[in-house]
Amino acid sequence: MRVIVPLQGVVQGKGGLFWGSVIPCALFYFFQLYFKNRRHHHRSPPPPPPPPPPPPHHSPDPEPPGSGKLHPHHVQVLPRSLSRILLSPRSPAGPAYVSGRATSVARISADSPYYVGLRKAAEDPYHEVHNPHGVIQLGLAHNTLSQDLVHDWIHQNGTTAILGRGIAPYQPLDGFMELKLAVAGFMPQVMEKSIFFSPSQMVLTAGATSAIDILSFCLADHGNSFLVPTPHSPSFDGDIKWRSDIEIVAVPCRSTDNFNLSITALDRAFNQAKKRGQKVRGIIITNPSNPVGKLLDRETLLDIVDFAREKNIHIVSNETFAGSACGSKEFVSMVEILEAEELDRDRVHIIYSLSNELSVPDFKVGVLYSYNENVLVAARRMAKFSALSAPTQQLLISILSDTRFVQKFIEINRLRLRRMYNTFVAELKQLGIECTSSSGGFYCWANMSKLLRSYGEKGELELWDRLLNVAKINVTPGSSCHCIEPGWFRFCFTTLSEKDVSVVMERIRRISAATKSES
Amino acid sequence: MTRTREPESKSKTSSPSSSSTGMKLIVPLQGVVQGRGGILLGSLIPCALFYFFQLYLKKRRRSNDKHPSSNPPSPSSSFPELPRTPSRSNLSSRGSLTGVRLSRLATTISDDDSAYYVGLNRASRDPYHKLTNPDGIIQLGLSDNTLSLDLIGDWMRKWGSGGDDGLSINGIATYQAFDGVDELKLALSDFMHQVMGGSVHFDTSNMVLTAGATPAIEILSFCLADHGNAFLVPTPYYPGFDRDVKWRPGVDLIPVHCRSADNFNLSMTALEQAYSQARKRGVKVRGILVSNPSNPVGNMLTQDMLYNLIDFAEDKNIHLIVDEVFAGSTYGSEKFVSVAEILESDSEYIDNRRIHIIYGLSKDLALAGFRVGVIYSFNKNVLATARKLCRFSSISAPTQRLVTSMLSDKKFIQDYFETNRNRMRQVHHEFVDALSKIGIKCAKSSGGMFCWADMSGLIKPYSEKGELELWEKFMSIAKINITPGSACHCIEPGWFRICFTTMSLDEIPLVIERIRRVVEVCKFSS
Repeated sequence: MRVIVPLQGVVQGKGGLFWGSVIPCALFYFFQLYFKNRRHHHRSPPPPPPPPPPPPHHSPDPEPPGSGKLHPHHVQVLPRSLSRILLSPRSPAGPAYVSGRATSVARISADSPYYVGLRKAAEDPYHEVHNPHGVIQLGLAHNTLSQDLVHDWIHQNGTTAILGRGIAPYQPLDGFMELKLAVAGFMPQVMEKSIFFSPSQMVLTAGATSAIDILSFCLADHGNSFLVPTPHSPSFDGDIKWRSDIEIVAVPCRSTDNFNLSITALDRAFNQAKKRGQKVRGIIITNPSNPVGKLLDRETLLDIVDFAREKNIHIVSNETFAGSACGSKEFVSMVEILEAEELDRDRVHIIYSLSNELSVPDFKVGVLYSYNENVLVAARRMAKFSALSAPTQQLLISILSDTRFVQKFIEINRLRLRRMYNTFVAELKQLGIECTSSSGGFYCWANMSKLLRSYGEKGELELWDRLLNVAKINVTPGSSCHCIEPGWFRFCFTTLSEKDVSVVMERIRRISAATKSES
Repeated sequence: MTRTREPESKSKTSSPSSSSTGMKLIVPLQGVVQGRGGILLGSLIPCALFYFFQLYLKKRRRSNDKHPSSNPPSPSSSFPELPRTPSRSNLSSRGSLTGVRLSRLATTISDDDSAYYVGLNRASRDPYHKLTNPDGIIQLGLSDNTLSLDLIGDWMRKWGSGGDDGLSINGIATYQAFDGVDELKLALSDFMHQVMGGSVHFDTSNMVLTAGATPAIEILSFCLADHGNAFLVPTPYYPGFDRDVKWRPGVDLIPVHCRSADNFNLSMTALEQAYSQARKRGVKVRGILVSNPSNPVGNMLTQDMLYNLIDFAEDKNIHLIVDEVFAGSTYGSEKFVSVAEILESDSEYIDNRRIHIIYGLSKDLALAGFRVGVIYSFNKNVLATARKLCRFSSISAPTQRLVTSMLSDKKFIQDYFETNRNRMRQVHHEFVDALSKIGIKCAKSSGGMFCWADMSGLIKPYSEKGELELWEKFMSIAKINITPGSACHCIEPGWFRICFTTMSLDEIPLVIERIRRVVEVCKFSS
């Protein structure tokens, strides 16, 4: 009879053991039930005011999303009460509910200087003749330096190229096989390497943005997070957070390391995130990096692979600027690393941007290249939400199959990029503005901390505001890229013509002169 | 939390009773409440045991959940997905023993295999061709229109050879709006004006263009509802809604059943009932999603019904999303009424901010591969957000230019519509006629590209199982792919959606012949 010591005084008499446990259990259970009910009542009676200002991150319910669906009452409370509707049936007091996530998207993009600047430059674009006082766009990482080549090609080959083999009704939504094949041939050429790309591992999407979006949905659940070295692309916040609702854990890189990524920082960020209870599902690296333009060398890439393996997380390698790498250093693609490392490829996913490489940003063609069969299955199915249109695919197939043109294009584009980069950085240097040395990307990363009126994010934004509204150039402030040091700015120079460069410099000079005269 | 709170409150509730009634408080505890501290320990210990037991069960359930969902999708068995524990990853720090974890959504998506998609895949793997593959599967499960594809092809050839520099890329790269260039919006507003009866004006500032109607629905779902909210949808509905609304936005669909007795027309009572039932379950309903002309059935919403729906939406303070992608594909005597028309004529009384229209060119212009969709909304907040979300599904520039030129060719559009409507009417008439001759009746329809055929006489157990068995017979014996009603969430078994716009007039006898084979097999076995 003497079962467990603490029950000694209790387990006596017949059935004592049984009743002694059942009754308190039942009591406890009803007590819990009572509490749960009470909590419900507490929540529902005070209905929030009709135009509900949902908190910015409300959609990630306290629970994991899967079970959130089963218990919808944990989600937000209704913004209306029945009684009010009965009072005035034809005019309910408030507008119909707009989802919490919609409200937060609208608010974030309204406030971020990155989007504000883009909008402003779009509304009042500079033009040498028509609008000489307009805003010059230096905030978009788009390359249009060699757009004329593609334009000429289309002109020469006629628009018939778009028709291809005619229009077929039912097409796969993840891209035509012919185009995938063409991309598999084109990418090694762009990288000047002999790497093998398998078309069956590709999913083509409407832009690299959608590729990142799809990957985020595939790799992480609501509220999980990705490690991202900062400064990172200013559009990541939108790409990753808005819809897929994934947190970004910043891995800060500093100017003292020349903004190179260190595994120690990665490890620290991972452990801190874990301590905070965040679930880290992956790491996103950008190579060449955006906004700094750094290349990741073979060693670092191997370290990252090891790191990801150790933590059992994914690697998303964003190589959308692969073709712009043109410094003395060698660009190493993740694909190369994996060719050597047989093991454990299924955690690696790579993103390319065909429109970046071809200097036609508005074609918006992204490539998702993954080694994980399950990710590919899901991504192919999600591709229906960001499918490429057939005419664009046909056109690209025709362009890419013209090997002579492609070769010439790559050469000229690289030369123009190099020249523009050199000119731009040299001119900035003359103004006393230093850029970090970089070997890729459509931008340079400039240190303007000398021009700040106060050293801090506030001073940085104030300078950004002067550049935008007084000097009329739109650049991206470091804070939009989540850089931890203030005073850094990203200048995208690949949408400029050479004539524009001197105008830009003149405008910056004005600001710098004004700042100096003050001090 | 509960663990710490529970023993305290427990002892509070039990101790006063023990003091007031001496010893014999509750009969079943008689043998238990003896000795000092007996009552406290007697309740505390089992409670703790119970709690840990619950905890254990919960854990078990969670890991069980993951197992079945991860295993079936992997055709390559190389993916044993275990929920990682920190200790395990430490044990094998080079640990590639366990594959890396994917999101729950990715696993759901790979698992999601309704008969609709299975059929589409099977048919595309072995497609029928008159000469090269006469025994292949005839695709009648897609909502494609190939009846007038020749007209489009002709136009494109003419345009291509005309030296029109329509594709030229303008030199200045401005910040290209993700939601479509103004020229295309303008052309589309004219086009929609024409398609929707010529009486409605569409304002380009209310438009957001997306890469197809599919992302348009998805983006609207993101904007109008949060994870776990729901939309009411009259059934039978378009099988794609399940994916568009549920997958990534995480919005539930609550069926509002329509029955054959009403020719599958929506009834307000059913709507009201579904709404109040959802409310009772604690589900937040954020909108109604209807397609007009309806997708599998092909009937249209009358003006009265549209008014009722608007009233209902106002009454409940929810949104009304009307999918009008088939607006221009009507062939019947009934006139199509767009909800935009009602809004225009009655703008003073209706709060138009809750009404959103989805349109696209894939059906009415048969440009499925072009991926051009439209969100037309009067809600500024929704429009602003939709424009932001368009970055994930924008239309590429060459397509925008091509479509702009095509839509601006007014004469071509006019001709196309006339010809297309005549051809659709003819094929529909012939096909429905031929079906009725072999004893299959279709629901009355006047728009869309489908016949909604009643084959309940052919199914053996009158249930979803019987329906899917019959569908399998269509696939394997008749070699035609049609969509079973269950994929459209039809409440009555035995209905099938047959797309008639992918066959030409002279293919009808072949299709009918194949269907007859199945009919005979069914009759013979019964």
